[in-house]
Amino acid sequence: MGNTSMMRRLGLIGIGVLASCAHSAAPAPGTPGAADPNAAAGGSADSTEVLLCDGQTKVSVAAGTPGTAVAGALMTEWLRKNPNSNWEAEERERHTLQPAADNSALIGQVQGQTYGQVTAQDVALWKAETERVATAGSEVFHNADQLGSTIGVSCDMCHPHAANTHPETYPKYQNQLGRVALLRDMINWCIQHPVRGKAMESEDPKLRALEAYILAQRKGKVLEYGKH
Amino acid sequence: MSPRHKSIETKHMQERAQFFSALKSLDRRSFLKVSAAAFGAAAASGLVTPHAFQPVKVYAQGAGGKQEPFSFAYISDSHLYKRTLNDRFINALMRAVDDVNAMDPQPDFVFYGGDLAQLGQPEELELGAQILKNLKAPLRVMVGEHDWYYDMGEKWRALFGEPTYSFDHKGVHFVVLNSVVEKDFWTARGLSAMDRMKTVAGLDNGVQSPFSVGAEQRTWLENDLKGKPATTPLVVFSHSPLYKLYRNWNFWTDDAEEVQAILRRFRQVCVFHGHTHQMLTNRIGNIHFQGFLSTAWPWPYAPQGLPELTVQMARPDPFNPNDGCGDGAITVHPDGLADIVHNLWNRNPVTILRTYTASNGKKDKPEAPLRRSY
Repeated sequence: MGNTSMMRRLGLIGIGVLASCAHSAAPAPGTPGAADPNAAAGGSADSTEVLLCDGQTKVSVAAGTPGTAVAGALMTEWLRKNPNSNWEAEERERHTLQPAADNSALIGQVQGQTYGQVTAQDVALWKAETERVATAGSEVFHNADQLGSTIGVSCDMCHPHAANTHPETYPKYQNQLGRVALLRDMINWCIQHPVRGKAMESEDPKLRALEAYILAQRKGKVLEYGKH
Repeated sequence: MSPRHKSIETKHMQERAQFFSALKSLDRRSFLKVSAAAFGAAAASGLVTPHAFQPVKVYAQGAGGKQEPFSFAYISDSHLYKRTLNDRFINALMRAVDDVNAMDPQPDFVFYGGDLAQLGQPEELELGAQILKNLKAPLRVMVGEHDWYYDMGEKWRALFGEPTYSFDHKGVHFVVLNSVVEKDFWTARGLSAMDRMKTVAGLDNGVQSPFSVGAEQRTWLENDLKGKPATTPLVVFSHSPLYKLYRNWNFWTDDAEEVQAILRRFRQVCVFHGHTHQMLTNRIGNIHFQGFLSTAWPWPYAPQGLPELTVQMARPDPFNPNDGCGDGAITVHPDGLADIVHNLWNRNPVTILRTYTASNGKKDKPEAPLRRSY
């Protein structure tokens, strides 16, 4: 009981600290900001060069340009340099992804440890980040070049929406390999054989993303390791 | 090893060879006899049904009123890349051509079911046309979406002519449709020809539109069938199934009901399609549908919408190259219905007799596989 109330207090303190940080960070001098035309990095008397917070993207604007226009110009310039910035929405439009589990029932609950109270923001973050990894996997799954195929073959050609991949049945004894295989072993086997590419290292972000996508797509299936 | 002790593989290949040699010059009665014999041999050796070829046999009425069946072969969905990129799919198509050239007697013609190319490139289509020239029997070709959406059919038409046509053969009327017409999703998005092609080429790509036959071809079909008596044996070829199976993979034709309505007044209609890369059987009223194998790769069965009459092919083994792929043969009977043999490479052939769909699945049900798709 005492523990819980202490945690609750700690949680409040945490929020207070965050709030004061945000407050003190805002007027920090010399910080280049999108909507801050004073953050000039050079330029003549008539025009001012404004630097984006990435420290690289800059635009020249006439003195007296409203802040929103400066921000808009910077964003346009950044999007021009980063044509893939919308990759996640684009990939999700092309290839439907099964949604990650909904944890909104936890909002407002106290877990009784250092992470404190679960907020709507926490739940949204978990979902967004988890689905992002699976979406990255979807991109690799559907792209022969990213898979390193030498013959233009990608996973989706045999497994649309990751059908017939059966991640829920691993680990299992693969007769044809003569040993127990994990899902990643089968992914690599496919990359080496039908796809004719090079096997990926276990820690390769592409392989991790592929695993995430394949597991995501079989949402709701009962785990039955060893099943043939 | 003594000749009395043969390996499983040797026995299997011998039974298979026996089965095919017995398939030569068949009439209906001996066809059944051979099937029964082969089934017996297979059952004795612990195997399941021994059919994996896809001859489609249609029986037709001769000019003198004498009815006789005839056969044609079916090859589909080869998805060729250019020669320097991918030899795997080229070898598979060449294997199908060899299969058909080895048929004795030769089929009356060979029908190609669409998706000759993977990305609609002129060199892919030319390569396919060149390989298909090795066929001994005459060739008829249908278009698939992979052939079309790079240059909107320009190269395909230059090689094979118009995609919508009809012809008569031994009293049977054949119609070939372009069922892969998509609504313009590319202009508003500013997609290049290659991006449009790649979007359509992705089976699970949700940006593309559903397939349709379209009003223009439906009018053409009505005119083409005008004045034909309802008893005319009618075979329709479409790349996608002319019914609605699974929208998310375009196992689907958006105006399927309208096309079916045009075909409804005929006593019996066969619709043969490619695109789904799997054995697929359906019947809607007077229309009997059969889907054929791909030479390139098998698709999984759709998670929903599978027709009740479909007897699935076995779940393909990825360790067995070309498993789940193959070609087919069709024997058309005088009543307008057809017997199908799916020639599954590396497996026993599967025969689907016309009595199976005619009896709504009560008679001659093909053997169900041990391992189904799930």
